[in-house]
Amino acid sequence: MEATLLDPRMFRIVAAAMALAAFVGLNALVLVYLERKIAGHVQRRPGPFEVGPHGLLQPLADALKLIGKQLFRPAGADALLFWMAPVVSFIPVLPLFLPIPFDPDLVAMHVEPGLLLILAFTGINVLALCMAGWGSNNKWSLLGASRAVAQSVAYEIPLLMALLAVTFMHGSLNLSEIVEAQGAWPWQWNAFIQPVAFIVYFTCAVAETNRAPFDLPEAESELTAGFHTEYSGMGFGLFFLAEYANMIVVCAVATALFLGGWQGPFFSGWWWFLAKTYALLMVIIWFRWTYPRVRFDQLLNINWKWLLPLSMVNLMVTALVMKLF
Amino acid sequence: MDSVFHQEPFRGDYYTRRFEPGPDDSTLILNMGPQHPSTHGVLRVVVELEGEYILRAEPVLGYLHRMHEKMGETRSYLQYMPNMGRVDYLHPLAWNHAYVCAVEKLGNIEVPRRAEFIRVITSELNRISSHLLWWGAYLLDLGAFTPIMYAFEERERIQDLLQEPTGSRLTYSFFRPGGVAADLSPEFLQGVREFIPYMRSRLPMYKDLVTDNIILRYRCEEVGELPLDMARRYGASGPVLRASGMAYDVRRAEPYSVYPELEFATPVSQRTDAMGRYKVRLAEIEESLKILEQAVEMIPEGEILVKGAPKPRWKAPAGEVYQAVEGARGKIGVHILSAGSAQPYRIKLRAPGFSNLSLFAELAKGTLLSDAVSILGSLDLVIPEIDR
Repeated sequence: MEATLLDPRMFRIVAAAMALAAFVGLNALVLVYLERKIAGHVQRRPGPFEVGPHGLLQPLADALKLIGKQLFRPAGADALLFWMAPVVSFIPVLPLFLPIPFDPDLVAMHVEPGLLLILAFTGINVLALCMAGWGSNNKWSLLGASRAVAQSVAYEIPLLMALLAVTFMHGSLNLSEIVEAQGAWPWQWNAFIQPVAFIVYFTCAVAETNRAPFDLPEAESELTAGFHTEYSGMGFGLFFLAEYANMIVVCAVATALFLGGWQGPFFSGWWWFLAKTYALLMVIIWFRWTYPRVRFDQLLNINWKWLLPLSMVNLMVTALVMKLF
Repeated sequence: MDSVFHQEPFRGDYYTRRFEPGPDDSTLILNMGPQHPSTHGVLRVVVELEGEYILRAEPVLGYLHRMHEKMGETRSYLQYMPNMGRVDYLHPLAWNHAYVCAVEKLGNIEVPRRAEFIRVITSELNRISSHLLWWGAYLLDLGAFTPIMYAFEERERIQDLLQEPTGSRLTYSFFRPGGVAADLSPEFLQGVREFIPYMRSRLPMYKDLVTDNIILRYRCEEVGELPLDMARRYGASGPVLRASGMAYDVRRAEPYSVYPELEFATPVSQRTDAMGRYKVRLAEIEESLKILEQAVEMIPEGEILVKGAPKPRWKAPAGEVYQAVEGARGKIGVHILSAGSAQPYRIKLRAPGFSNLSLFAELAKGTLLSDAVSILGSLDLVIPEIDR
């Protein structure tokens, strides 16, 4: 069947892309507020309180400030790479949300290998960090970029293997199908059937999104701001947005694959999906304000010496069990 | 686009040009500072990196040089007091103490006993607040954002206490040759009595939340190992020296004020690494609390400023004196040479941070950039004190 612009599927994709852009923007605002409020309460202070009631409008003020700022490119920076990097970082975020099933019907696009699509597009982010680091003509950015590449490449392997173990169990890459195969009660979720895979996945997800304690590419006290040292205004804003959107995606994937997605013991629906995703997001935020940063060699050691063997054994045991029973 | 300042003869400055790259160009020469978040102020370190490993590191000083020593030559003995609050803004009362002790030695001035106790109480409170700030800032260097907020809660209480007698919260100039500027009120002493158990109740929480954290331990243990002979070679003092296993504390080695009457231990660690320095400082908070506990009970009634204490136009007898005290960062020394006029002929300040910083070049060699940040933090540097 030939696809035309008037094709209803095409219309669905355009509408979904717009809805997703709004969703990403809105969630980023909510997350900024959450992050600052949680940070505040962890640090025994109230957090933002001035703009709007309980500082509710603070993220909007932040966003306006970022939009209003001058875009500045340092002398000697590669203009093309420098300006493309934030865009390349942000654009893949939208397709990432396409196959995520918020609800049996609330899916932007039913993609059979949905998981594959998500994994493919998350890989692009590291390219953006690399471009930003190289294009900035700044040594700190370069160090940040080289850290980002080593970290992302390393942590993608156990992440993939942890997800593979789950797909082995269900024989599908379709997120909706995997959600439906799990039950409504917590002990029917994959997190309890595959606890090792869940822990490995979640650790790698924190590392993949460059969040503390694995925030080495932007380690503030070591590399000033790492790969985005030279970015101002919305250049930085897009990186920021992409980071939050990536956090939502990894948590949404975790919810779908490990926590039973939209299914809950009662009133199943998208609100369950969002609640579970936000619970995971809060755990990530909580990590950031609790732990010191690991050192770079330790970070890679955790991966190669612990997570990788662990996920490999887990995968093989899963395969064996699936074959035997 | 390239301005003239990016072309060869203008590229870099004296330090970066002199810091020639090695024979192969696989190394990276990097300026850490003077506006780097973990150099605490305006320290600049030029480093040569191979990947993330540091081949050479060289501190560059002088970005905060304020001529404190030279200013002494144009000010009368009393006028110089405010400078002592600004040399090291984290433990200014120790500098106050060193200076007034030196002037008293020079002029043979007796100090009332109550004033001595006031000095000890306030400067020990100040030592605790300095260590608390170091604790928070060091963890900030290691990427933990929260501990500094907890440390500031305690520090805030100390500052609230100290602002009553001293009139300021950061750059105190409270001591006077021959005594102190203001008496301590009963409310202040009551506040200190309440602060001691409060601070003691917080220290176990520090240990549970931070010291025992596995990530922190891996960032501190076996990082920046400083053997005792190296520490002595560079003239390190204070917690840095004590963490290398030597129980040297000026309060015990060259007693001054009423410290000989007070019971307190000198915490020593045999670890020699950053964790050793961390633990020594936390133990010192406990020892300072012990001192405070005794001092608030022992403080007698009486004068706070001796009769005939130096007035603004006071002329010191000719002579040369040196006085050392134990600051939060190590041995603080004030050397005054007087020619018998209203101003000192020459003043020399010995800042402990200067010697401790000089260790960095050797300690950082061959470590990762992240470890260098950890080492720099563990030396507890206050740049204004180093540059003076």
